[in-house]
Amino acid sequence: MDAIGVLMLCPMNNYLEQELDKRFNLFRYWTQPNQTEFLAQHADSIRAVVGNSTAGASADLIDALPKLEIVSNFSVGLDKIDLTRCKEKGVRVTNTPDVLTDDVADLAIGLMLAVLRRICQCDKYVRSGAWKLGDFRLTTKFSGKRVGIIGLGRIGLAVAERAEAFDCPVSYYSRSKKADTNYTYYGSVAELASNSDVLVVACALTPETTHVVNREVLDALGPKGVLINIGRGPHVDEAELVSALVEGRLGGAGLDVFEKEPQVPEELFGLENVVLLPHVASGTEETRIAMADLVLGNLEAHFSSKALLTPVV
Amino acid sequence: MGQEINGFHHLLNGDGPPLPGGDRPDLLVLRPGLLFKVFEQEFLAKFNVLKAFESPLPLDKYLRDHAQSARAILCEAIVTRITADLLLQLPALELVVADGTGVNHIDLAECHRRGISVTNTGDIFSEDTADYGVGLLIDVMRRISRADAFVRRGSWPVTAEFPLGRKVRGKRVGIVGLGNIGTKLARRLEAFGCKVSYNSRTKKQSAPYDFHPTVVDLASQSDILIICCSLTEKTRHIINEEVLNALGKKGILINIGRGPIVDEKTLVKYLVDGKIAGAAMDVYENEPRVPSELFGLDNVVLSPHRGAFTEEAFFDAFKIVMGNLDAFFSNTSLLTPVSTNE
Repeated sequence: MDAIGVLMLCPMNNYLEQELDKRFNLFRYWTQPNQTEFLAQHADSIRAVVGNSTAGASADLIDALPKLEIVSNFSVGLDKIDLTRCKEKGVRVTNTPDVLTDDVADLAIGLMLAVLRRICQCDKYVRSGAWKLGDFRLTTKFSGKRVGIIGLGRIGLAVAERAEAFDCPVSYYSRSKKADTNYTYYGSVAELASNSDVLVVACALTPETTHVVNREVLDALGPKGVLINIGRGPHVDEAELVSALVEGRLGGAGLDVFEKEPQVPEELFGLENVVLLPHVASGTEETRIAMADLVLGNLEAHFSSKALLTPVV
Repeated sequence: MGQEINGFHHLLNGDGPPLPGGDRPDLLVLRPGLLFKVFEQEFLAKFNVLKAFESPLPLDKYLRDHAQSARAILCEAIVTRITADLLLQLPALELVVADGTGVNHIDLAECHRRGISVTNTGDIFSEDTADYGVGLLIDVMRRISRADAFVRRGSWPVTAEFPLGRKVRGKRVGIVGLGNIGTKLARRLEAFGCKVSYNSRTKKQSAPYDFHPTVVDLASQSDILIICCSLTEKTRHIINEEVLNALGKKGILINIGRGPIVDEKTLVKYLVDGKIAGAAMDVYENEPRVPSELFGLDNVVLSPHRGAFTEEAFFDAFKIVMGNLDAFFSNTSLLTPVSTNE
């Protein structure tokens, strides 16, 4: 298979890169000084694209690769892929569901605890020597807080299961009510937010869910409410979020994603009621290997004319 | 200096039921703990609080002059010691109210001899402590505090990569001490897919987790070892070189119990030398002193003894303390008496 051209869009994982290099004719898009020239020269030999949550197969790229057969994504989110164009051109698309569900859900709870119990601030407090001058203040209990989840898919459900172990009443918003759960359903995100102490974004990013967390929702969540974003930056109206936090209209936030990663609004750096992470929700050694193996497995299946492991299109 | 609990005082609807009799009864406070400081107004409204700490007199003279009729004492645990000697100076004392869970600072045998009842705050703080244990575990495994610091110093646009963490599901967690805190912690960790086992003074027949007869044995079968037990003569330095060796180079230690349960010097050496993979500590041998060798490490999470300290817990603790005092002064059953008969 090492004659098959695979275009990797950005650095994402050393193990994946090495394996792609071993098994295919790997092109590293980010090392090309002139990407237009590169495409003009090599487009015809590229039959697969590997992207992630940062860089994806846009319509332009798909159009520039006439021999493209498959986009195998190193992420579960599909928001960076033009799925419509893929369908039109008969390009298959695979992602990495399930293997990262636990890590993402773990991080959501980790963020809730870090924000409410000020764990990161406490760590900073000790390291700075401040503890010698006085105790850190009392923080906010997590157990029993009402957790509202936007999107009750794999990740949303995994968050719910964990929250239940802390006796947190769980409710959710979804496009439609789920028949097989006992969690309380709300027909709008604003209503969910009004009835939650902690609001978690756990749905896919689509044109409909862009800015699903807006001023109205933030107002409903309120000055004691905490927003946790483990979805995508564009789920939240970031400018509104920043002003709500700076002005004290929102109680706190735990954010793993931002509208323009790796840029993070600097107004947040001085706030003690936020926790800011560099998009690490699936970032464990075990899970990244499992994700890489899925990418490789999907590519090998496709090029051996076998059934794809985790097809989306 | 007091700590305001915003949003809770208004729930206290005035003083609560008035105590029988006319005058406010005496309540001795040798040294004010956080609970007293936060709710001082409520205590002053119901009791004639004898504030020994505000008197210029030496303590024994103060007690001789002012506390001979005091039937109840509210005490903190950090510095106060309710010794036989102290009790000798309080001939009317019938009730010792501890403002927390632990009663190590109280001579229970002497209280028993004198017929003095002792109350603590029951199970109030165990939920928050268990929550905190989970928070520290996820933080050390997923590097949350380090990542937050990385973002805040502007490193993300410069160094795109942040080191990967470790998956929580499937990890073997060994809990040392399956009491109120350990039990709640176990339940929470099961929801994350951790495999829980434990060591405790005695095997808990109803606990669905594997029991290990020694801490060393538990450590040898654990990826993460969490200390939840109380500090006693038997548990002092129970986490020692042998246990850390058994835990191993990939092992993580989490301490939400008491500092002296761990041989801190050895732990620090093991962390610096890479003989265990990481640690999260809420407690230390000589608080607030923390070994400075830890400050430069990326694989530790350091916390200033805040495992139990939420506004909600303090509010609930206040209600139990006040409830015990109300019960005592109206001759009804104490809410959370501690057995003094060991």
